[in-house]
Amino acid sequence: MAKYLLLKHYRGAPAAVNDVPMDRWTPEEISAHVQYMNDFAARLEKTGEFVDGQALAPDGAWVRYDGEGRPPVTDGPFAETKDLVAGWMVIDVDDYERAVELAGELSAAPGAGGKPIHEWLELRPFLTAPPTVTE
Amino acid sequence: MDEALLRGLTPSVLAALVRRGADFAAAEDAVQDALAEAVRVWPTGLSPGSRPRSGGGDPIRDAKGWLITVAWRRFLDAERADAARRRREVLVGREPAPGPAPAVDDTLRLYFLCAHPSLSPSSAVALTLRAVGGLTTRQIARAYLVPEATMAQRISRAKRTVSGVLFDRPGDVATVLRVLYLIFNEGYSGDVDLAAEAIRLTRQLAARVDHPEAAGLLALMLLHHARRAARTAPDGSLVPLAEQDRGRWDTGAIAEGTGILRAALARDRLGEFQAQAAVAALHADAPTAEETDWAQIVEWYDELVRLTGSPVVRLNRAVAVGEAEGPRAGLAALAALDDSLPRHTAVAAYLHERDGDPVTAARLYAEAAAKATDLAERDHLTRRAARLNARRPR
Repeated sequence: MAKYLLLKHYRGAPAAVNDVPMDRWTPEEISAHVQYMNDFAARLEKTGEFVDGQALAPDGAWVRYDGEGRPPVTDGPFAETKDLVAGWMVIDVDDYERAVELAGELSAAPGAGGKPIHEWLELRPFLTAPPTVTE
Repeated sequence: MDEALLRGLTPSVLAALVRRGADFAAAEDAVQDALAEAVRVWPTGLSPGSRPRSGGGDPIRDAKGWLITVAWRRFLDAERADAARRRREVLVGREPAPGPAPAVDDTLRLYFLCAHPSLSPSSAVALTLRAVGGLTTRQIARAYLVPEATMAQRISRAKRTVSGVLFDRPGDVATVLRVLYLIFNEGYSGDVDLAAEAIRLTRQLAARVDHPEAAGLLALMLLHHARRAARTAPDGSLVPLAEQDRGRWDTGAIAEGTGILRAALARDRLGEFQAQAAVAALHADAPTAEETDWAQIVEWYDELVRLTGSPVVRLNRAVAVGEAEGPRAGLAALAALDDSLPRHTAVAAYLHERDGDPVTAARLYAEAAAKATDLAERDHLTRRAARLNARRPR
């Protein structure tokens, strides 16, 4: 019973094995990829392990507070940023091993040539609430 | 209407349906429907003189009978709606005349079923809360911070997993105790107090089995629950045991927990939960942190090491040794342990602080904070590091 965040990166992750940009795939390969992702989420719903998942647009901005009475300052787009998150999925699983297993399956999503991308996904545990029994 | 009373009847109502031939999964759904129906139609405040507006009998006199009747009807309706018509004929024929309520140990069988070893821990927890505890899927989902659809799937898978298990086969009490411990220890949030629910379910179990560890677990829960009000500061931060306002501990729960533990220990069948409860009882017994009987706590940890061999227990023992014999002795005990253990660095930081080495302690507290797996603990460790760092010139 632990929640994990699976992070998919546009940039910043180590290079995948099947590292062909998506715009060089065939339309059928893109459809197959999207289908795989949808099926994966649907399967996790059925196993009672799905919490949330969203894709993010690559465009964004930095925003910060700029003092009393002033509007927040925005900056960007940040084309030079090294790390760019493409989307996330939150899972609720029995243990770390299961989280790794699922991340591995997600990373096997098909890409160019219909072969698995072997994409690196970032797996991050949630900080939990403190246990009741403390000593 | 007393929801706790109603939910207390859940296992025996469910067991009654299963005895009549309903399969477990369908029976469980029907009982949930009946509970919802009861909440909807029963007069608020089950007091003498109030009258029910619908149902199969007088819920005031016989709430269980009412629930069984309504749940059975719901079950038959569902079966009818289903294509299983032939099966229905058999079941209708099997419906017994109203008679005495089902035997007490039906409830026990349900505990075993919901904690069946074929279930993963999270599935066993969810199924126990629903089928034995009578909580709704929505309440369980909120408590564990997952979507209701996810929890519904988890529960229905769990029901399918155990549907082939023979209801009459006795189970292992130890398995049930582990599930109840999980519910208690990982009780997060939501509108249901999972710690209190775990206590209720363990109390119900302990009354039905002749098992000192069931009593031990109940005592353990009561003794920890007693400190709950003192465990968190108004800002939500964790208050360590030594700094808690002991005046805010629940003396009623402590007295009950201690009494249950004493009776269990007298039976001379020591187990992990009894030993853990004994440690908690020694803390509860100390009027101030300084008066804690650490020497005896170390002895209980020795027992726990013998019983479990768990490295986490050895780590807790090192803390106790540090209190009983001084921080150097604690550090020596710690040195024998694998430093990759969770909370190893936090314990080292604490012992170095006690040993008068704030520089090492602050560094280790910061390191431990980065490794902490829960938010309150991380904040606590960060504060300890900050406090020590603030005391010396930069």
